[in-house]
Amino acid sequence: METTSKTIRKHSLEKLYASLAENRKMYAPVAEADNRIGYKYNPDFSEVIFDHIQSTLSVKNVVFPRVENVIFYTNNKNDSTVTDVDLNKIPEVVLWGAHPCDTAAYDVLRSIFCWDTKDEFFAKRLEKLVVIGLACHKSDAHCFCTSVGLSPDSTKGSDILLVPLTNGDYKAEILTEKGNRILTDFSGLFEPYQDEETKLTHVEQQFDHKQVTQHLKEAFENPFWVENSLRCIGCGACAYVCPTCACFDIQDEAKGKNGKRYRSWDSCGFGLFTLHTSGHNPREVQSQRWRQRILHKFSYMPERNASLGCVGCGRCSRACPVDMNIAEQLQALQSI
Amino acid sequence: MCNNIYKPYLMQIDQIIDETSDAKTFRLKFKNPEEAEKFTFKAGQFGEYSVFGEGESTFCIASSPTRKDYIECTFRKAGRVTNALANMEVGDTLGFRGPYGNTFPIEEWEGKNLLYIAGGIALPPMRCVIWNTIDLRHKYKDITIVYGARSVADLVYKHELKAWEEMPDIRLITTVDPGGQTPDWKGEIGFVPMVLEKAAPSSENTVAILCGPPVMIKFTMPVLKKLGFKDKDIFTTLENRMKCGFGKCGRCNVGKVFVCKDGPVFTNEQLLSMPMEY
Amino acid sequence: MINLVSRADELLESKAVQVVIGYEAGSTGKARPAFITDPSKTGSLIFDDRCVQNLAVYLTKKEVRYFGKAAIVATLPIMRSIMMLISEQQVFAENIVVLGVSAEGKYIDIAGIEVMQQYIATCDLGNPAKDQETLAMLNKMSTQQKFDFWQKELSKCIKCYACRQACPMCYCTRCAVECNQPQWIPVQSNLHGNTDWHILRAMHLAGRCISCGECGRACPVNIPCHLLTMHMADQVHNYFNVYAGTTDKMSSVMSTFEPNDKESFIQ
Ligand SMILES: Cc1cc2nc3c(=O)[nH]c(=O)nc-3n(C[C@H](O)[C@H](O)[C@H](O)COP(=O)(O)OP(=O)(O)OC[C@H]3O[C@@H](n4cnc5c(N)ncnc54)[C@H](O)[C@@H]3O)c2cc1C
Ligand code: SF4
Ligand code: SF4
Ligand code: SF4
Ligand code: SF4
Ligand code: SF4
Ligand code: FES
Repeated sequence: METTSKTIRKHSLEKLYASLAENRKMYAPVAEADNRIGYKYNPDFSEVIFDHIQSTLSVKNVVFPRVENVIFYTNNKNDSTVTDVDLNKIPEVVLWGAHPCDTAAYDVLRSIFCWDTKDEFFAKRLEKLVVIGLACHKSDAHCFCTSVGLSPDSTKGSDILLVPLTNGDYKAEILTEKGNRILTDFSGLFEPYQDEETKLTHVEQQFDHKQVTQHLKEAFENPFWVENSLRCIGCGACAYVCPTCACFDIQDEAKGKNGKRYRSWDSCGFGLFTLHTSGHNPREVQSQRWRQRILHKFSYMPERNASLGCVGCGRCSRACPVDMNIAEQLQALQSI
Repeated sequence: MCNNIYKPYLMQIDQIIDETSDAKTFRLKFKNPEEAEKFTFKAGQFGEYSVFGEGESTFCIASSPTRKDYIECTFRKAGRVTNALANMEVGDTLGFRGPYGNTFPIEEWEGKNLLYIAGGIALPPMRCVIWNTIDLRHKYKDITIVYGARSVADLVYKHELKAWEEMPDIRLITTVDPGGQTPDWKGEIGFVPMVLEKAAPSSENTVAILCGPPVMIKFTMPVLKKLGFKDKDIFTTLENRMKCGFGKCGRCNVGKVFVCKDGPVFTNEQLLSMPMEY
Repeated sequence: MINLVSRADELLESKAVQVVIGYEAGSTGKARPAFITDPSKTGSLIFDDRCVQNLAVYLTKKEVRYFGKAAIVATLPIMRSIMMLISEQQVFAENIVVLGVSAEGKYIDIAGIEVMQQYIATCDLGNPAKDQETLAMLNKMSTQQKFDFWQKELSKCIKCYACRQACPMCYCTRCAVECNQPQWIPVQSNLHGNTDWHILRAMHLAGRCISCGECGRACPVNIPCHLLTMHMADQVHNYFNVYAGTTDKMSSVMSTFEPNDKESFIQ
């Protein structure tokens, strides 16, 4: 689809928000305690923020919730039954104000959940989602989108991208059919874009991801992994805050005869993730798990899923209790 | 709902065979005949078997694809799901989804000699392909099966071992570890690699299929090399921890290879090109 | 500062230890744990207000143990963690050298376990003042209010287990949340599963928590989960007059029977 640019005045944004909220669930960023940013369903427009750097958690939960029930069943010895989940009940959601790294992450997730067999739970949630992205006019030392092929105004994954203008209004880039429908439905709120000046942050490029990928081909046995992961304590924080990590566990939970099977977030950083029944563990120590994290995102995924497994949001580095800084390590890996 | 990849087929336990003190074989039939009709698989593939309320567990399909109206699995009691399975009775329902993974390239083996080498509980993954090739016996030359276990009591598929023994065109060598024999044991005594070396099957126009615990594999490989087998003619299966079976949960990878999709069957040539993550 | 560095240098140079576990400058103004094996690199060791992580967690880590004998930079909470780890036989006193740091950030010479014990005895072992204040505030609430407070907090938990991984006392290779026969704690991170997890964690740390606050600091979503274990520490002190990590022969409060126990239900 050809993209069109429009301008939306600051005062029209609230109208757009209210109109969209009439028959859809809104998911938008709000300020939380301790200077943190979180996303919330259906916040009042006055609560919604436009100048945040990064939310603590990503917005992957909209398409890949912490827990997704995949079947329900009744266990009756010789007459058990399985019931499907009604995917038509998945609500239409408008993701409002997500930054380009987070929206681009949906493409990455799609490359995992739909690379071969299609995961209908993911696919349906994505289908019911309208993404109104928000380009960044602020960033911090952990942001590195420009090192992984993105930018503060990258349009990947957005249906409409709002780009802040120096005059306080927004440029609206209409990028997809979904976006176009909104433009048509609420055309009165949009004005022609007159080349007004945009306000964007600058994110310094720290490494060349193609070079990193190239170097990683031969890096499996490199002492780098042990040397640089001694302090990693093997929690799931980096994977759980990451917008592109998609690993999951499958578990059953039943009360009496009735129960469900669900998939829930998991992480390759956990020691038991790969433990065989025999007791043998192919990734016995943390350095092997840290290596998996980097290699999966920067070597295996480009090769198998045709996408880089990282969008440079920097969340893992912000969340890590022991200051494992992924960008710093990638920079070093570029020249090993 | 269109296509829930997590939804299992409902299966009914048709028959239970106690193989050893902690291993059982289930013969499973599809509850829905239409599903049975449509279901096909190939030798080497696996599935996720589930006990509702306890969870899913990965086993290979141990029956041959040439036997149409059922599938079989053999499992050893190890944890939550396998213990729950062990408590089930004939007639009970369980879940099965699959088949997943790649297959033994039995078409490529046509016109060749086959050498099967298995240790302990690793016979199940191989049983499927053994029966498959026996059912298509005319397509293959010599078939040799070397099977070893810790003790006589640990040998699985005792009735089939007997059947194979009685087949004139199958060479079956069974062995138990020293000390594992019973007074009336007529097979070999010794570890699989030694017994194999003694039997010295020719590597000429032969593929070797090797399944067993890591130690057995480790010590059998050099013997096969000595016998002149090329890495590309040695097949084995990997058993990395799995959850989904379709390349999404991220658990089974060895480097960029998904064992659940690109495996579980690999040639030694492929294994040598992969990082040691299995 | 000179003392810490020169002592580390001396220990590595003389091969008395193979690794020094300390702090170095990290990214974006943070400090991070450092593992120094080369005496020429001890200069990067730092100690200041940013050095808050509980380094004792590394004493039980496989890859750190591979090095051999370790010297560890230790503030009071770290010293107390070491005492607990020795008491619980996870660490052997002869395998570690303690590089003490006082509350004022000054190097203190800890020549052995007895010296450490004497030093700990001179310190205030209660919960940090700020946390004790919050606990007092929580304790004033009605049961329902308290329950609501924790339900709100725990609903945020994503079960990343950073709190567990960061805690030196949570060293089990197979945590109770991972036992599946039976499955004590639901795997999923819903409110029920999260609540169960935190109750279990608090109970397993009762009498063992040394009030370092690391669990709460590690939590990526800022759940003050350290208040739960600190509350237990407070209770244990009230009921048993015991502070965890004061000697290398602590007996476990929750699993030791004493005839002169205040409680009579067991008799
Ligand atoms: C491709 C493939 C084919 C296979 N084919 C077969 C087959 O044909 N037959 C067969 O018997 N097996 C087979 N396996 C192995 C089989 O999948 C496992 O033995 C089975 O899944 C165990 O499931 P479970 O729920 O009973 O055990 P679990 O409950 O998962 O426990 C397994 C073991 O791990 C331990 N354990 C469980 N959870 C933890 C934890 N959190 N931390 C530490 N330890 C833990 C348990 O104590 C137990 O020893 C195959 C595996 C693969 C990947
Ligand atoms: S890198 Fe940090 S957040 Fe990730 S597992 Fe290690 S300690 Fe946890
Ligand atoms: S790896 Fe880190 S920086 Fe990259 S997308 Fe994930 S959380 Fe963001
Ligand atoms: S980095 Fe680890 S947790 Fe994240 S998607 Fe890759 S394998 Fe999974
Ligand atoms: S405060 Fe938290 S991390 Fe520290 S000892 Fe107590 S429970 Fe463990
Ligand atoms: S660190 Fe926080 S989010 Fe993670 S498991 Fe602990 S309380 Fe939950
Ligand atoms: S088993 Fe899930 S990716 Fe292979």
